[in-house]
Amino acid sequence: MAAERRTWRRPTVFRRREFKWAAYLGIAAFFLWSAWGIGADPARIVRGFGRGLTLLGDFFPPEATPRQARRIVDKMVESVAMAMISTVTGIAISVPVAFMAAENLSPKPLYYLNRGFISLSRALNAIIVAILVVKAVGLGPLAGIITITFKTVGFFAKLLAEDLEDIDMGSVDAVRATGASPVQTLIYGVVPQIVPRFAGLSVYRWDINIRTSTVVGIVGAGGIGSVLLTAFNRYSYQYVSAILVAIIAVVLVAEGVSAVVRRRYQ
Amino acid sequence: MTSRTEAARTWERFDRRRKVGRFLGVLGALVVFVASWRFLDTGITNVETVPREINDLLTRMYPPDVAYVPEIVGPLVETLHIAALGTVGALVLAVPVALLAAENTTPNAATYWLGKLIVTVSRSVNTIIWALIFVVVFGSGPLAGAVAIAFRSIGFLGKLLGEEIEEIDFGQVEAVRAAGASSTQVLIYGILPQVKPALVGLSVYRWDINVRDSTILGFVGAGGIGVQLFRAVNAFAWQSVATILIVILGVVLASEGLSAYARGLTR
Repeated sequence: MAAERRTWRRPTVFRRREFKWAAYLGIAAFFLWSAWGIGADPARIVRGFGRGLTLLGDFFPPEATPRQARRIVDKMVESVAMAMISTVTGIAISVPVAFMAAENLSPKPLYYLNRGFISLSRALNAIIVAILVVKAVGLGPLAGIITITFKTVGFFAKLLAEDLEDIDMGSVDAVRATGASPVQTLIYGVVPQIVPRFAGLSVYRWDINIRTSTVVGIVGAGGIGSVLLTAFNRYSYQYVSAILVAIIAVVLVAEGVSAVVRRRYQ
Repeated sequence: MTSRTEAARTWERFDRRRKVGRFLGVLGALVVFVASWRFLDTGITNVETVPREINDLLTRMYPPDVAYVPEIVGPLVETLHIAALGTVGALVLAVPVALLAAENTTPNAATYWLGKLIVTVSRSVNTIIWALIFVVVFGSGPLAGAVAIAFRSIGFLGKLLGEEIEEIDFGQVEAVRAAGASSTQVLIYGILPQVKPALVGLSVYRWDINVRDSTILGFVGAGGIGVQLFRAVNAFAWQSVATILIVILGVVLASEGLSAYARGLTR
């Protein structure tokens, strides 16, 4: 008995073994409930994958008539243009929001207000925002731009605000001690400390915005997504795969550019 | 000549080349920005009415329709089911992909590039596009949604888990192998214990992202609360829309908190 007690057992984060098993059991039960809830029985999955293989056959080879190819290029340029405008406008709006959402630079009420806005922007998926904006301002790239700008502010202002909270207040105090005005303090004390991160974050967000701008068209907010949805609805799967190839290519190029620029700044 | 040397000794933050590089970078971005604006000109004629339109929408949403809450409990639970099953499915599929995409565990160069290819394709195709595809395969409904979530997550989990595997201590793996373990046993006793905390942390993190993503699947018929939202938006039932948005917001923030807490435990 005493010898058995002294056997080493791996510690667990749950503190007690009973809790651990209860937690595992609870999680497993939830998964079973999920599988039952959405009708994921194995037979249906197997049948589905059979149909999936057929679909894969329909996808190959990717093909587009010259007219379709021109449409892909046209709408892809629209997507990239939307992403570019949204990145610039989004960042322009993010800067004041970030300053107001940094605990060390902003009064409490303003801080909470801006934190709330950031949470709202981050919690709502781009497609949800897009569908609301389309209802408000109509179909087309303008809706896409507003959507992606809104999403950019949540992401950018949050990360920038965190950087601002981490800055060295000593150098800010030093600038202030020389008799600088609040604006001068900001320009010479705060800004130089965050510029490198700022550049990296901008390019990173641009890359994400390119990805987003390729899908908001599915709910009518401009860009290549609308072409994709139409192709799907017409069952022209070879055209679909041509569009998908184009999307993957553009996303990869954007990711590459973003990675190179970020490496330079770090 | 002396004055020039004097000038050259002034302290500058960046040398000339970097300054020019920065300037050209910013200039290029601005040029593309202006060109983009001009390209989209047809769609951006009524920018000045935008604040009014959005304000109008918000006024119509207020107050949220509380009586509508019972109707969205079912779809909301379905959304959580999709996120949970999608994450599990992704985990099952991502572990072999991660082993392929990690330089130290992949059998050869061809399998390494296969792993990288799967990761790249999975990550470049958005959840909603995967959903479009799987609605064709499985028919509309939450099953298509869960599979779409799983396929989107493979890339994320495969990439990050693969990086984690590349950083393990290979001595331990050799030790297990030297004891005469089969390759399955090497996996279970040599590799898995070293990546387990990362595996749990990444899965929880992805689950949290999947909760957000599964709220939109309904727009293309792949189940979840998005179906309800889509219906309410098309019926111009703005007060119901507000209710759904608040509920989504609550669930997303709750899952984010839970995920952060669970990841804190694994660290």
